[in-house]
Amino acid sequence: MRKKTSLTDALVGILMFFILWQVAAMLLHRDILPSPLTVAPIFCRGMLGKLGLHFLASTGRVLAAVLLALLFAVPLGLALGQTPKLDRIVAPLIAIIYPIPKIVFLPVIYVLIGISDFSKILLIAIILFFQILVVVRDQAAGLRKELFLSVRSLGAGRRALFRYVYLPASISAVLTALRLSVGTAVAVLFIAEQSLTDYGLGYYIVVETYQVLMYPEMYAGILGMAVMGVALYFLIYAIELKVGKHLFVE
Amino acid sequence: MNRPEAMIEISGLRFAHGGGPPVFDGFSCSLRRGETWTVIGPSGCGKTTLLYLIAGLNHPQGGKIRVGGQPLSRPRPATGLVLQDHGLLPWATVLDNTCLGLKIRRFYGPDGRHSPDNHLSDQKREEERVRYWLNWLKIDHLAAMYPAQLSRGQRQRAAIARTLVMEPDLLLMDEPFSALDAPIREDLQNVMKTFHGQSGLTLFTVTHDIEEAVTLGEKILILSASVNTEATIVDNQQFHNGTSRQSPAFLERCVQLKELLSDQAGRR
Repeated sequence: MRKKTSLTDALVGILMFFILWQVAAMLLHRDILPSPLTVAPIFCRGMLGKLGLHFLASTGRVLAAVLLALLFAVPLGLALGQTPKLDRIVAPLIAIIYPIPKIVFLPVIYVLIGISDFSKILLIAIILFFQILVVVRDQAAGLRKELFLSVRSLGAGRRALFRYVYLPASISAVLTALRLSVGTAVAVLFIAEQSLTDYGLGYYIVVETYQVLMYPEMYAGILGMAVMGVALYFLIYAIELKVGKHLFVE
Repeated sequence: MNRPEAMIEISGLRFAHGGGPPVFDGFSCSLRRGETWTVIGPSGCGKTTLLYLIAGLNHPQGGKIRVGGQPLSRPRPATGLVLQDHGLLPWATVLDNTCLGLKIRRFYGPDGRHSPDNHLSDQKREEERVRYWLNWLKIDHLAAMYPAQLSRGQRQRAAIARTLVMEPDLLLMDEPFSALDAPIREDLQNVMKTFHGQSGLTLFTVTHDIEEAVTLGEKILILSASVNTEATIVDNQQFHNGTSRQSPAFLERCVQLKELLSDQAGRR
């Protein structure tokens, strides 16, 4: 059983965050840390204009990467989880690749695939791929034999087993894996976007604002990135609560 | 409908696990429709194997198994199965779990393979049936709960409801109550006995508990730890008399079974 984060918890957290920020800004009293009261209006105006475009570009990349990762990781994870022989062969390889920080492959991907949106998306997708793969595999392997026997005895063949057992069994695990790895994905995105693109929050924060010392605007970009991370996290969390009700019962 | 006398006919069965020695070799046995049988024997004697064979989840390497007059090649839609581990979907409520079999039937349609070919889905009648069995097994108030929120006995009741909703003509149970505490176990044994009395369903229960074998079986099949070539069957008149577990006749039968079982173990 897990503990739910309620909406109130989230709002209180946000409020505390801004209060701390304001206090820190007042104490430090330097250009590098403007008050949220300065940043918020810039952020709001920016989101309706140029900053909004950067925001959309980044969000689009993350979502595309999530889709791409799901498309490959879920079927492969299910296959590995249900085919122990195959899993025994592949498992050592996955165990080795899993902890490697995939960001180091950025130059390799650029050279192999070319400098495009797709190469940035691919990098993030690779990171998510391994997170989801491992979780789905373990989940599928952990399903008890009795569960299959009794569902088969109710008439289920392969298709019904997939529909009524594998799919619901893996969906909440997939969401948890996604939720926990989306932070890493956004961090990698930030690095990947710092160069060789014209749109994206990473580019906006580093090239368009930081390098020309526009600190309040830079903070608007940082706030954008934070909003994206938090929104993705809670979006996935909300879906999790909906499909994984059994994990949250008292 | 054609109602053959025999519900389960096993003839010349041969089965071995992997490359091991056979558990059954030339084993034959026949159950009549409406009978209730229990199977008992030391662990590794092939009780569960036999049940899976009858369920169509294992396949014989020799001989024939006919269920309901038909040769068996895959799980039969009208056979219900209840296992020791309830096999409920952890992410579904009791109600959804109970409806699972019906959903699977609807998913395939009446194809004769996964569901009976004469099966027409009538949602309203099916809902009534689900309610009826939840109610009959006294778990209707738990319909919205998840398996993790239930006691073991309640989970097993839900598993039984899920099977009975399918209107089986044969119910196979593999140590259905052995994970339960004694009072709950006896309670459920009585529930199943009442159920058998009311429904006349053919019941085949695998157990390692002598009292359970005597309580639930009008015929008791004893398997041995070595290869089973012929069926040792104890005719248990006890069953019909509704005698209590403290009566001398009941205890005498238990002692008799215990002796038979130790004979079987000695034959190794």
